[in-house]
Amino acid sequence: MTQHFLAIEGLAKTFTNERGEPNEPVFENLHLSIEQGEFVCIIGHSGCGKTTVLNVLAGLDEPSAGHVLMQGRQVSGPSLDRGVVFQGHALMPWLTVLKNVVFAVRSRWPEWKAPAVEAHAMKYLEMVGLGAVAQRKPAELSGGMKQRVGIARAFAIEPKMLLLDEPFGALDALTRGTIQDELLRVVQATSQTVFMITHDVDEAILLADKILLMSNGPRARIAEIVQVTMPRSRTRQTMHHDPQYYRIRNHLVDFLVHRSKNYGGDGPAAAAHDPMNPPLVRPGLDECATVTPLPLDRVRPTLAAVNG
Amino acid sequence: MRSAATTQRLRASLLSLAILCAVLALWHVLTIKPEQALPPGMTAEYAAMMGKGAEKTDGLPSPAQVGRAFITHLSDPFYDRGPNDKGIGIQLAYSLVRVALGFGLAVLVALPLGFAIGMSPLLSQALGPFIQVLKPVSPLAWMPLALYTIKDSSISGIFVIFICSIWPMLINTAHGVASVRREWLNVARTLEVGPWRKAVEVILPAAAPTILTGMRISMGIAWLVIVAAEMLVGGTGIGYFVWNEWNNLALPNVIFAIAVIGVVGMALDWLFGRLQLMATYRE
Repeated sequence: MTQHFLAIEGLAKTFTNERGEPNEPVFENLHLSIEQGEFVCIIGHSGCGKTTVLNVLAGLDEPSAGHVLMQGRQVSGPSLDRGVVFQGHALMPWLTVLKNVVFAVRSRWPEWKAPAVEAHAMKYLEMVGLGAVAQRKPAELSGGMKQRVGIARAFAIEPKMLLLDEPFGALDALTRGTIQDELLRVVQATSQTVFMITHDVDEAILLADKILLMSNGPRARIAEIVQVTMPRSRTRQTMHHDPQYYRIRNHLVDFLVHRSKNYGGDGPAAAAHDPMNPPLVRPGLDECATVTPLPLDRVRPTLAAVNG
Repeated sequence: MRSAATTQRLRASLLSLAILCAVLALWHVLTIKPEQALPPGMTAEYAAMMGKGAEKTDGLPSPAQVGRAFITHLSDPFYDRGPNDKGIGIQLAYSLVRVALGFGLAVLVALPLGFAIGMSPLLSQALGPFIQVLKPVSPLAWMPLALYTIKDSSISGIFVIFICSIWPMLINTAHGVASVRREWLNVARTLEVGPWRKAVEVILPAAAPTILTGMRISMGIAWLVIVAAEMLVGGTGIGYFVWNEWNNLALPNVIFAIAVIGVVGMALDWLFGRLQLMATYRE
């Protein structure tokens, strides 16, 4: 058996209510593997436990069942091996931009001397184009710049894997595009392994090698793994000229609008689904993937609900 | 061209000055005394022995009398002529040293304890009732107990300052530490930051504005309490000065002391205001 870079086995998370009784699990029976250098995005509706999965990978949260193996070793607790870019940038407002990155670098290499630490931090700030504002406080930066500092901080510790929790969610479309390009460039230059949560279908197609589609919670699961079959050299400006782009995009949107809620209970989609081996789908290239078609009478009411 | 803010400040200063002049003028008019004619058959010497005719005896002293007291005290603040006659500077120094010692001790206890309470919900719930009961006790109520057990009036004064300035600092430190943003702590966790470094480099700066607010409140209370404590304990200090001048019926000196207490209190508050400003961060 080959060892995966990161393996998630039978992961589940159950929260308890105020009286201490367990609720229905947010997600359960999650199986997944990520290879070195892969960029994996996870998409799903709110409440399917995406952030919890990421927090478990980061070691910030404990799963109720199952475990995560990274390079064969069980993940227990946070580690410098996994850099996290938080949803709300999480910069420390009393430190300058440079000192924020320095804080991380010093944690990674405590034995380094101050000039070496600063030079290393500066290198990563310049990588995200923020060398000029290194001495400013985060409050003096725009939202996009703050998020770039967060990315620089995560990259600066040179982690084996990067975890991004909807890093661009709070940004306007224009800024988001620029930073996506930046992230893409940096990830390709460093062949970083990335796990990223997003709500944005286009963002996922642009950045990811694999897109995990999560069904609705509770009892959410990985319904499908969509392979992005466009060349890695794709860019935001050109990717919509590739016919594959629309096939993938339609597949993702269809899933989110129609199919994501069909995996609960004992529906046909759930019955045909094997959580150990979620189907790997290559939209437009092979139609043999096990996508359970919906009966027409179930599509219509859903569409009516979507259109209001 | 001056900015609107500068103009406003200038006008406010002028208004303050005008109010001061008006108050002084009113005070002056109200304290003008009619020339007292000596009762028949009484010589000036006899009148003085009876306490009459001397200008300080009845009613509020006039601004001129108080002004003279200001000049006398400020022209020679550091003289020392025995236990009951020391310059205002020396008295102030005694008070400030007591406040500094009591307040310093309170910082040494309140900061670590507040950290512990803020980080441990268990400790917070366990110590909560004690804090709630002890906090509203007037500091002077501790005085008899302190005097009896410590047996030293000066140390008792310091203890009273300690006990009154500990609560706001303790409560604010605990609150500030408990409400440090979760995401900053998560950043520290993912970077495998050790507990000591996390406390000093993440929690302390994050909670610093709240902690300094507590310190500022504590210092205000300490300065209020030191005057009362020194009146009780006696011997030295600005509070004792006030009490002594009251016993001398030298009301101009009492008014002078009130002004000094006010100015020093303001200076201390300003100092902590500056510290607070330095620790405040914009998000």
